[in-house]
Amino acid sequence: MSAVARFTIEQYRVLDEKSEAIADLPSFARDPEALVAMYRAMVLTRAFDSRAVALQRTGKLGTFASSLGQEAISVGIGSAMAEDDVLVPSYREHGAQFMRGLPMQNTLLYWGGDERGSDFPGVARKDFPNAVPIGTQIPHAVGVAFAMKLKGEQRAAVGVVGDGGTSKADFYEGMNMAGVWKVPLVLVVNNNQWAISLHRSRQTAAETLAQKAIAFGIPGLQVDGNDVIAVRQSVAEALERARRGDGPTLIEAVCYRLCDHTTADDATRYRSTEEVNAAWKVEPVARLREYLAREGIWNKDREEALQKECADAVAKAVDAYQSTPPPPVDFMFDHLYATLPPSMEEQLKAAKRYGHG
Amino acid sequence: MAEVNLIEALNMAMAWEMTHDKSVVVIGEDVGVNGGVFRATVGLQQKFGPERVIDTPLAELGIAGIAIGMATQGLKPVAEIQFSGFVYPTIDQIANHAARLRHRSRGRLTVPMVLRSPSGAGIHAPEHHSESIEALFAHTPGLRVVIPSNPARAYGLLLAAIRDPDPVIFFEPTRLYRLFKQNVEDDGQALPLDVCFTMREGSDVTLVSWGAMMHETLQAAGELARQGIEADVIDVATIKPLDMTTILESVARTGRCVIVHEAPRTAGFGAEIAAQVAEHALTSLMAPPLRVAAFDVVVPLARLEHSYMPNVKRIVDTVKSAMEWA
Repeated sequence: MSAVARFTIEQYRVLDEKSEAIADLPSFARDPEALVAMYRAMVLTRAFDSRAVALQRTGKLGTFASSLGQEAISVGIGSAMAEDDVLVPSYREHGAQFMRGLPMQNTLLYWGGDERGSDFPGVARKDFPNAVPIGTQIPHAVGVAFAMKLKGEQRAAVGVVGDGGTSKADFYEGMNMAGVWKVPLVLVVNNNQWAISLHRSRQTAAETLAQKAIAFGIPGLQVDGNDVIAVRQSVAEALERARRGDGPTLIEAVCYRLCDHTTADDATRYRSTEEVNAAWKVEPVARLREYLAREGIWNKDREEALQKECADAVAKAVDAYQSTPPPPVDFMFDHLYATLPPSMEEQLKAAKRYGHG
Repeated sequence: MAEVNLIEALNMAMAWEMTHDKSVVVIGEDVGVNGGVFRATVGLQQKFGPERVIDTPLAELGIAGIAIGMATQGLKPVAEIQFSGFVYPTIDQIANHAARLRHRSRGRLTVPMVLRSPSGAGIHAPEHHSESIEALFAHTPGLRVVIPSNPARAYGLLLAAIRDPDPVIFFEPTRLYRLFKQNVEDDGQALPLDVCFTMREGSDVTLVSWGAMMHETLQAAGELARQGIEADVIDVATIKPLDMTTILESVARTGRCVIVHEAPRTAGFGAEIAAQVAEHALTSLMAPPLRVAAFDVVVPLARLEHSYMPNVKRIVDTVKSAMEWA
């Protein structure tokens, strides 16, 4: 027998667990203010998540999916994307969405049960809303990217899916097509180790999720998902390749879900405190903060000012969310079709008569 | 004016729209070089190129999913699912996403796509090729479900489906693909969606059907006429959204309603029509609304498929039982 093909999967990391730079800094990372902007986005995301969980606990928000521990992935994506790229997220990409201009009150409205939250303004206008059924967004991202290619546009789509989503048919069917047609797509797998209660080791026998790219005939790599510099650089390079016409990339970003799956979950049922404590020692926000401090870019005063600024911004968003009155009843019938079919007029009348709002 | 069968009419409609609207693309398994397993897309790739008539890998869920993504970017994908039983894997994408995206994004992202599929039994096909699953989609808010019953209707309704700004599920009665020809003007004239078509006028009973069963229903109407019973025959064509106005106007005149469909009886779309007739036309009814449908059994293989599908005699007998009420 002889080998007909050989493959390797590389791992990319710039800052190690001790926040030491172990690889060349990408050019953006030589600009202190660029790093501070990314740090700010991570801190803001964490402040938002923590406040959203608190709102849920006090009955002021519905079930909420926090992104605690996954900020570097989301912010890495958000900082690498161009304005006219399209983000096709799952439901933990608050960081990337905020960086693309989504007001935080939109995210609160969405999880608070108001679909106006998914009415994204500005840059995010063409971005997809959150996808709650796992992995179903991947074929959408492929279709978006394919359309860009067919129309000859220099844009790209960025899809995001969790580790669990890589077990779904949507992942295999979508990424297989992406490879065949060389569409301008970057698919980031947020491998936070846990798909609700199922550990990554029970999700697949594959050593890495990145190696699934091999079967699609596309580049795949693993990055340290707690290292925002590595995430941004790998997504930026993949986006560049996509825009050049060189096709899609699969990036497995490895991190740890420090929070429950959602506020409706209790992770203590299936994982140990020791495991979570160990993950806290390598979490992404501290990793960048310590690097910035060591480089003389960051200090206690700047940290305090930033924490206050983020808390204020979140408080403002919470106010905006809480002061938004519920939508009127006929809202259910809006945008169902381009034009409401006449056969539905009776139902609309009944809704107005018997509905609340 | 060309005399064409139903599959040729579909081909004409796609070719017309692709000529006049550069955003229309055809995707599916074997739709390109091969022209589709039923030849609905024959010649289109040669005419419009491989970037507009695109052979996909074998992945029905994926076809539906990428069509959604493409549609949000200003393309109008016409996606073919090869056989009716292979439509099932698309339901997640269609119901969870295609049907909802306009609403949940508050009109930001729209899905002007068509999902075409053969539908129904009667051509001696293998297993999983003969299903009639229109009711599954009719139950889903945000969709249109269209089923043509003859070549002219196929041409005009497919044009309308492609031009519609929302997702349309377009079921093509496989049995009618080559059953008969009609003169169809290739003039780009779409037929209206969301309306029923009256095929025949009569004052004794309203026969309501769609798709391949229109054929048997019209034959039954002819047979009934020979026996002195005149039927109004309505081709529903778009089962969702449903035009009950046309059906109720007819029932108000005839006082009887018999619904004929090829899908299984329980929770078939005939149940919806019967319920609405009962709700809105009770005072004009001289008999309960009756249904002639397939049995609630798995679609049988070829040897029994003609016993499974409603036939002319069942329709005639059911109408006669309706006539006996008063």
